[in-house]
Parts: sequence; structure tokens; C-alpha cells
Amino acid sequence: MKRHLVSAADLSRDDALLILDTAEELAQLSGRAVKKLPTLRGRTVVNLFFEDSTRTKTSFEVAEKRLSADVINFAAKGSSVSKGESLKDTALTLQAMGADAVVIRHHASGAPARLAQSDWLHGSVINAGDGTHEHPTQALLDAFTMRRHLNPGLGKDLNGRRITIVGDVLHSRVARSNVLLLNTLGAQVTFVAPPTLLPIGIDNWPCEVSYDLDATLAKSDALMLLRVQRERMNAAFFPTEREYSRRYGMDGLRMARLPEHAIVMHPGPMVRGMEITAEVADSPRCTAVEQVANGVSIRMAVLYLLLGGATLADNHSTNTSEAAK
Amino acid sequence: MSSYLIRNAQILGGPAQDILIVDGLIEQIGTGLTADADVDIDAHGLIALPGLVDLHTHLREPGREDAETVLTGTQAAAKGGYTAVHAMANTFPVADTAGVVEQVWRLGQEAGYCDVQPVGAVTVGLEGKKLAELGAMHDSAANVRVFSDDGKCVDDAVIMRRALEYVKAFDGVVAQHAQEPRLTEGAQMNEGQVSGELGLGGWPAVAEEAIIARDVLLAAHVGSRLHVCHVSTAGSVEIIRWAKAKGWDVTAEVTPHHLLLTDELVRSYDPVYKVNPPLRTAEDVHALRSALADGTIDAVATDHAPHPAEDKDCEWAVAAMGMVGLETALSVVQQAMVDTGLLTWEGVADRMSHRPARIGRLAGHGRPVSVGEPANLVLFDPAYRGTVNPDSFATRSRNTPYKGLDLPGRVHATFLRGVATVLAGELVEPGELV
Repeated sequence: MKRHLVSAADLSRDDALLILDTAEELAQLSGRAVKKLPTLRGRTVVNLFFEDSTRTKTSFEVAEKRLSADVINFAAKGSSVSKGESLKDTALTLQAMGADAVVIRHHASGAPARLAQSDWLHGSVINAGDGTHEHPTQALLDAFTMRRHLNPGLGKDLNGRRITIVGDVLHSRVARSNVLLLNTLGAQVTFVAPPTLLPIGIDNWPCEVSYDLDATLAKSDALMLLRVQRERMNAAFFPTEREYSRRYGMDGLRMARLPEHAIVMHPGPMVRGMEITAEVADSPRCTAVEQVANGVSIRMAVLYLLLGGATLADNHSTNTSEAAK
Repeated sequence: MSSYLIRNAQILGGPAQDILIVDGLIEQIGTGLTADADVDIDAHGLIALPGLVDLHTHLREPGREDAETVLTGTQAAAKGGYTAVHAMANTFPVADTAGVVEQVWRLGQEAGYCDVQPVGAVTVGLEGKKLAELGAMHDSAANVRVFSDDGKCVDDAVIMRRALEYVKAFDGVVAQHAQEPRLTEGAQMNEGQVSGELGLGGWPAVAEEAIIARDVLLAAHVGSRLHVCHVSTAGSVEIIRWAKAKGWDVTAEVTPHHLLLTDELVRSYDPVYKVNPPLRTAEDVHALRSALADGTIDAVATDHAPHPAEDKDCEWAVAAMGMVGLETALSVVQQAMVDTGLLTWEGVADRMSHRPARIGRLAGHGRPVSVGEPANLVLFDPAYRGTVNPDSFATRSRNTPYKGLDLPGRVHATFLRGVATVLAGELVEPGELV
């Protein structure tokens, strides 16, 4: 594996499967009374959050603590960053403090890439969401959730599975990471959105595009809803909340038209009543809560593999391939 | 005054000849000239071009002397082969009064490395609301004829119309930075395949083209001169070609970087590639090169935009837009236009000296290399190959996209009115004989 996880494109199929399989094993930890491994004892992980996030930040923190890492939480608000400190100087400070890994969330697309390519930091950089660019650990936990439901087992991929992703693709880092990773794992992705919420150039992405949600339902093994930010309405991306909901919202009637085995996914937070009705959100077919739990396992696996180094990864690869046999 | 005998220079790439400069003028051109000159220069293999004229330079003084000063900017210009530059108005304070343009003009005179022709702001404070005192700036010692709110588009159609009409009184030209503001809100790079993948706000080509289309129609309507700054898209080229075919008085410029670099480079998220207008696609680069070759685009202008390290050594979103360009322009044009066979050296002289001087109405610049003309000259070595090292730049800033790249050619010497400002590739004090 590479030293950093900045983009889902950083992951080969073998890398991705190694993370999913490792996460599968680490997930067993959550059922134990003592949910802790000594793996990253003595290693320092900094959570560098320039943007508010409860879900992702907590998920990483739980993962880091379960692996016994020393955790430093650095929030931009109220810190030296709010006094005008640059990303470079913040990074140099963390480097001086001996950070082995930096988990970064930033409102600017490319900030983690900039950090990873610079010589400001020597540790690993893990992208916890940058602007409207990528969110690779979210894509990994989504793939993990899909595999558990659609093709369970160590070493298994998502070959031939049809995944429909609905909503604000234009502004979604989740969508960008998902299309890359799901392709790596062999799945077929279809984006569904009004044309205003699809990026220019999507015709060349490895996916299909549809403006018609109803036409895609019957052939979806998983249907993933993306959060639509209400502030988008002011920029005329769509006329009204009601019209969006009517054309692209997920309700009971639409859920009934999905194949029986299909799941409904949401990265959260969900906007009930607009993107998803309560009937769907609370149904057993909706995996939103399960995705949160899986996020901890995936982030543990990523930290374990990146900070454990090649030796750990190689050993683990041997173990998991044996298990797969 | 001083005299120089330049031996065996290829004038505009033609046959080798000697050039004798005496008291600021080209006194003789011929073969086997003998003269007791102060300085004798062996110019074997060097091309003699008229001194270059830049229509679009940011000298940052007054206000941002940490990025550039008139002195360091004109030193960079001399090292790039320029004998005249137009200094853009977006300084602090803005060059929207006679006082500020005179200050910039005088600083250029005192530095002595190249003529500095200030560009006056079209509107007060570049705010796009109220016309600046265009006439006063013209009547000042700086004798301003080019007006621009560069960096900001004059997007109000009425203000733009009035500016175009008003400057006719003193043969002025409005140089428009074409960027429809609403279509580029939050934009950070060219809108297209790459922006979609990188999740960076897209800057659609149509935001430039829509303003150019409007402005050529306005200029035609009021019978004025319009100059389009840093054209960057294939569609813009088509509109300008159409306007010229109509016989309207429209001129345009392209930057060296838009002739060479594409938005694919943004994949690195390195802010050195962040520029306004943004780097576009390979198809756009191709169209810009063709348009410069056939004369649809009149001039190469550097848009030299120096920024201190802290404004670029950061994440893409907060980085300043712009790159330095004076010292690499001729090399980039050689690579993109001459070495590709699209333009002769005569064509380079036309697009980088004759036409920009004519657009800016700069007397004494952009003149042919011939007897009796002011000796504004550059000697250029097209066979030179070297790696770009920003540490050797004269400009105060280092934001170049060419660091570490091999670019062809090197300015060997520059003469401003018969006085060397650069010899053997190094700056010399104006008036100092080496």
C-alpha cells in the first residue's frame, strides 16, 4: 500500500480487499468486552479537522483508541488556525510534535493531497473528506457494507453488482470516492440526479448516468442516497424541495420496486422527508446505522495497515488469503 | 552616450549582419562593419529582435512591494528581453488617478531598465461602478492610453459602453478582463473533466466568451477600440475572429502559459498552476496557438503576476492566482510557436513587439531593426538549452510553473534606447559599460 490514503484511486483491487478483509477481522473486536488492541501503542495520530464533523471525527477517534494510539484532536476553530496560521505552519508544528499520521478533514479540495505531496510532514496522511473532492474511508465503509449484504466473505469483491447513487453528485466527495472504489471492486455504478447536480465531464467517468430514478430501481442491488444541502436551492440547482423530493426522493413505493435483496444506503446525516421518508430510513433494508458501525472497523483497518507498515500488511495478507481458502 | 558594435547577429532570424549602435540609435547595419565602439559584442548564433513590449505586467508597486517593485519588475523585464511594459492598475492604492499613474511612470524612469507605461483603471477602485478620471490619467505625465480593471471584469454593460466611448477622445483603448462574475462564483479552475474529478469549482469557458461577445458588439456599436486580455478558450478565439472579419477594431492577447500548459497540471493541486483565467484544455491550447499564428490573436502578453511564497505555499483554495512570466516568455514562445513551426522569428517580433506597441500607442517601441530607428533591441540565443532556476530570477517572486523544466533559448542582451540593460544574460546597471 502507499504511505497515504488521499484518494480512492490510491487503492489497487488487492489493497482495497486487504482493507475490507482486515476490517472484517477487526470488526469482531466490537463484540468483545474489552474493545482494544495494542497495535498502535506509542504511535501518535492527529485528527486535524478544519471543518465541523461529528460522525467522521468520532469514528476515527474510536478507531484510533481501539488500536491504542495516542490521539490528539486538533480543531481549527479556537486554534492557531483561527488566528491566521497557514496549513504549512500547522503541519510543521504537528511534525515537530512527532505525528505518525494525520487524519485531515478540510473544506478545500486538495488540501490532503497538498499535505501528502509536501515535505511539511513525514507521517501518513489520511483524507477524512476534502471539499467536494473525496472521502475514501467513506467509500471503503460503503463497499464493506455492500459486500456484507451482497457478496459476503473474505477475499470477495463486488464484481457485477449494480450500485445506484442518487442525489447531489456535483458537490459530493462521497460520490467521487465511491465511483472510483466500486469500479476497482468490479461493481457497475449509475448516478441519478438532475442535470444541474452532475459535474461537467461525467460522461467520461466510469459510470452510467440517468436523470430518471424510477427507471433504475429494478436493476439496483444497492441504492445509495446522497445528502442534498438545502443551501443549494438558493443557487438554482433545483426549483423547490418538494419537486426534488418528488423526482429523486426515496419513499416506500420506490423501495418496493427494488429487488428483494437490495439495500438502501445513506452516508448521513439524512434529511428526512426530502431525500428519504421515515418509512425507508427506519426500514430493515436501510443500512445507514450499520454504515456508521462499519466505519469504525474500516478506519481501524486503514490505520492499522498504513501505520503498521508493509510487514504487518504482508502478514495480514497471508492470513486473510488463507482464511479465504 | 555609449556605442556598441554587435557582430554577426541574425536580424529577425535572417542572414548574419553587424549592427552599430551610437547615441541611442541604430546607426549602421551591414557586413564587416568597422567602428571604434565602446563595446564589441560577438553575436554569432544570436537573433536580433526589436525590444519586446508587454501589454500586461503586474509590478505590484505601490502597495505590494513584498511581491514586486517597479525596480525588480523592470529588471525581470529586461532579463526577458523587454524594453517596455504596461503596468496593470490593480495596485494599492489602485492606479485610478493621475497621481498614482505618474508615480508608477516616474519609478520606471528612475529605474531605467525598461519603459513603464501605466495602465489606468477603468473604474474607481476597480469596483465597476463609476468611471475613473480617464482623461486626467491620459493628460498626466504618464500619458495613459490603455485602461483596464484587470483582475476584475467591467461586467456592467452600461459602464463598459461609456468607457469605450469616452476613451475615443484621446485614442485610448479599454482592455477587458473577460469574466462573467456570476458564472464564475467560487470558480477555482477550468470547468471540465479535471474540475469534475478534483471537486474544484469550475470556471466555464462560456464565462469568458459571453463577455467577449458582448464587448465586441458594444465596441462595434460605439465605434471604439477594444482589447481583450489573456484570451484562454477556443470559443473566445472564434468570437474575435468573427469580430475582426467584420472589420471591427478589436485586438487580443494570449499569455505564454496559455500557449503551453493545460488544466491536467492542476491534478497535482500545486497552486503554482492557479492562474486567472485558468489553464484550459489541450484543444484550447491548440486553438490559441493557431490564432496567434494566423494573427487573430495580436499579441503575446505575460500577465506577469508575482506573489510572495506564503501566498502560494498553501492549499489550492486559498492560494493567490497568477504566475511570473517576464523572464521565461520568449523561451515559452519559442517552444510553443517557433520550434513547432507555427511562427517565424519575424512573427515573434510582430506579436511580441510591433503589435503590442501599436495597441498601446507606444512611440519608439515596436519599431523595425533598421538604420535610424531607436536601438531598442534584444539579442536572443535560440540554441541555448537550460533548466529554469527561479533562484536566478530578477523578479522578487518565485511563482513560476517552469521550475526545473528545460526551456529553449536565452536572452543574451537587451538594449533600451542604445543602452545595455542586460549583457551575457546578466543585468547591468543602465549606462554601465561591460
